[in-house]
Amino acid sequence: MHIPDGYLGPATCAAGFAVMAPLWAFASRKVKKTLRAKQVPLLAIAAAFAFVIMLFNVPIPGGTTGHAVGGVLAAILLGPWAACIAVSVALVIQALLFGDGGITAVGANCFNMAFVLPFVGYGVYRLISGSSPVTSVRRVVAAGIAGYIGLVVASLCAGIEFGLQPIFHHTASGQALYCPYGLKIAISAMVGEHLLVFGWVELIATALVIKFLQKQEPALLQPETEVRI
Amino acid sequence: MKTTTKLWIGLGVLALLSPVGIYLPDKLKAGSAWGEWGADEMKNLVGYVPAGLEKIASVWNALMPDYAFKGMENAGLGHLSIAYIVSALVGIALCVGSGLLIGKLLSRKSSTIGKEK
Repeated sequence: MHIPDGYLGPATCAAGFAVMAPLWAFASRKVKKTLRAKQVPLLAIAAAFAFVIMLFNVPIPGGTTGHAVGGVLAAILLGPWAACIAVSVALVIQALLFGDGGITAVGANCFNMAFVLPFVGYGVYRLISGSSPVTSVRRVVAAGIAGYIGLVVASLCAGIEFGLQPIFHHTASGQALYCPYGLKIAISAMVGEHLLVFGWVELIATALVIKFLQKQEPALLQPETEVRI
Repeated sequence: MKTTTKLWIGLGVLALLSPVGIYLPDKLKAGSAWGEWGADEMKNLVGYVPAGLEKIASVWNALMPDYAFKGMENAGLGHLSIAYIVSALVGIALCVGSGLLIGKLLSRKSSTIGKEK
């Protein structure tokens, strides 16, 4: 889902940064109010986890590859705004140092994977987990489904961004200037592969870590109540 | 053992296992991710390289392109695996460094929480 340089036209790239700049600023203010000193290592671990989990490319035999993002896990542990910052850190490092995701597309990629993904996932998690105890099975299921839906909705956003390009930018003879595939193909490809394969990787990764933390240190799973103390 | 210690170890294990992420796609003949093709692949797919894409595609020269050592992107899987693990460790270190720095700048001691307007 890392859109490379050259696939998005200038308008979409600019829109990505224009949307993300205030979101980053707001996220910083929000995190400044809620993040406890004790949680700082978790923020660093969440960013590193997102970075390394994205290296696990999962193949569709004879087809494409994809991966989990780990952003929903960060949102469950630290809240969606802190998750936005953690995943953005990983994405910027991937773009700058490893050329994974374009420099011009950093805004759009962060919108999909560092904003849409953790927020959708966090909403789903809260909705399903309700007021169940932090060590309940329901929370593990909620985390898994949240990861799955978060990743799929993020892939839908990427599909739309890809698919808009041939509408916006083409030569007089009809050749695309950037991504050549329209909405129908881009959305079905992106959403389809994440629904069928990659979403399940995010589901399993998120659920497993939550299950582990329930046994290990359930207090980490109730950030809001802790903050109020 | 502290939870964070276990999580740090988990990150290290993931870094060492990361070559699975290039080995499996290679064995199962899976190509690039959708929408992440190089110019050659694009030409095979649609018959031409979009002009704008060609111009912008190489605007940035990454230090370790595609998590490989520069100039050795087409080396064997063994070599690529080592580069992949190095990339994972470097990436983790940078994420942790940036995360700690940002966290330090943004966090406040628990005693001041709630006193904020």
